[in-house]
Amino acid sequence: MASTEEDGSVEEKENNNKKRTKSAFAVAWLTFYNIAMTAGWLVLAMAMMRFYIQKGTHKGLYKSIARTLKFFQTIALVEVVHCAIGIVRTSVIVTGVQVCSRIFMVWFITNSIKQIQNEESVILFLVVWTFTEITRYSFYTFNLLNHLPYFIKWARYNMFIIMYPLGVAGELLTIYTALPYVRKTGMLSMRLPNKYNVSFDYYYFLIIVMLSYIPLFPQLYFHMLRQRRKMLLGEIIVEKDE
Amino acid sequence: MDTLALEAKANGQEKKSSAPRPRPKPPKKAKRIVYFEVEIMDAKTKEKLLLLDKVEPTSTILDIKALFHKSNPQWYPARQSLRLDPKGKGLKDEDILQTLPVGTTASFYFSDLGAQIAWGTVFLSECYGPLLIYLMFYFRLPFIYAPKYDFSSSKHWVVHLACMCHSFHYVKRILETLFIHRISHGTMPLRNIFKNCSYYWCFAAWMAYYINHPLYTPPYYGQQQVKTALIIFLFCQVGNFSINITLRNLKCPGSKVKKIPHPTKNPFTWIFALVSCPNYTYELGSWMGFTVMTQCLPVAFFTIVGFVLMTVWARGKHRNYRKEFHDYPTLRSPILPFIL
Repeated sequence: MASTEEDGSVEEKENNNKKRTKSAFAVAWLTFYNIAMTAGWLVLAMAMMRFYIQKGTHKGLYKSIARTLKFFQTIALVEVVHCAIGIVRTSVIVTGVQVCSRIFMVWFITNSIKQIQNEESVILFLVVWTFTEITRYSFYTFNLLNHLPYFIKWARYNMFIIMYPLGVAGELLTIYTALPYVRKTGMLSMRLPNKYNVSFDYYYFLIIVMLSYIPLFPQLYFHMLRQRRKMLLGEIIVEKDE
Repeated sequence: MDTLALEAKANGQEKKSSAPRPRPKPPKKAKRIVYFEVEIMDAKTKEKLLLLDKVEPTSTILDIKALFHKSNPQWYPARQSLRLDPKGKGLKDEDILQTLPVGTTASFYFSDLGAQIAWGTVFLSECYGPLLIYLMFYFRLPFIYAPKYDFSSSKHWVVHLACMCHSFHYVKRILETLFIHRISHGTMPLRNIFKNCSYYWCFAAWMAYYINHPLYTPPYYGQQQVKTALIIFLFCQVGNFSINITLRNLKCPGSKVKKIPHPTKNPFTWIFALVSCPNYTYELGSWMGFTVMTQCLPVAFFTIVGFVLMTVWARGKHRNYRKEFHDYPTLRSPILPFIL
């Protein structure tokens, strides 16, 4: 059952040439989308700051912004479609992995496991996400409008150097804190015997998810570092033939 | 080579001189051969790697690869890709130098395909793994299930049947790899063996764990479900075997001529009228049968993933057939008649 990998290369090149001239509709839609997302994450940022200033504590902060967060983070799935249909020239897999990890955190960890919502690690990754997303979406917006202020480009390709590891730390700590509650309640798990002859243990699944950060995070991080060298420093990188 | 030929002729002439016959004149030398010059450059850096002169015009790409290997022993021929254009397709081993669109100085671009491994090795490892792994779970070796179940036997006859079917499937595949399959590429990248073996071995372990579990639940519709599924499974196994035999008979040993497969007298091959890659169709059918037989969700999952992969390969092969043969039957679909 071996696959031959030779065939697609010539066709792909032709497709790339076609897609480089984006339709006006695609540009308009992407501009609208990125402006909307920038606005959404700005709203989140302000709501978080307002809560903290008014209440002086982070307890209950997650609950107050939960709906907005879930809304804007879930809409990001659309970005995978953008890559798939080619109006955004990024790998579907890279975008897919990033969006899926966010959706997973929001829906399957913080939303489902209420006891960890007041943890500091949650605030940590929320702050990181907010900062990163505002920078990213405003970068895309200005890029599409062909008026990119240098400080946004600088922020996009430099802040991730500390933001990414901080965000990962927040996420991993949150999952780790959630583990005892998952074990106790046996949530999202299925045991034998059952008529589908399958079992699923959410507790061990979460441990595997945590371990998967080890190979995945460096790949995403180095991908961003490579992008930084290309975009900010103008280096030409010869890609490995694989 | 010329001096040897002359020597041989001289010897022949010596023997003949014992008989009283006029010495035959040695035939005139063949017309002068125009030797080629071959330049090999790195496809990425365009750096000149090797210059060969006095290359026979009838040499094949494989001969040139062998010569390149002599000066660069770390790149054995299977790992070399020689192209006329740095971004073009790799030249085939059997292409002859003088038939290529080059002057008497041929320039080839070289890229390293990475460490290679024989396809037979990969196929056999892919198949021996699941065969043995499943049996480990079937016999309930220690450390898999709770200790009280070690070496015990399942009380459901469908579990024994499933083991026989699974093992039969992989034994059949091993025998086909050894005696039937003829693959055009001699090797594949080394990392494929890790990728492919992980896929097969992990899925086999996952399926086998549940089917042979002491708490396994037999199919909901009982004997009827198992018997129907078994018939589907066996039908598709015979079908898949027939297709593999037919594909083998298409190619004569050593010939690289490609032919369109057609339905033969064997009814299992009549599906060629509707499908380009019926071996994948039958494979899908076998695994669907196995899923229904065991009523096990991991098996269903394996079937679905396999179906997606086989569809991608079938569509690629179908596209190649259409490109290669202008009279390719238009009724055929890649893997599912009329659908996909």
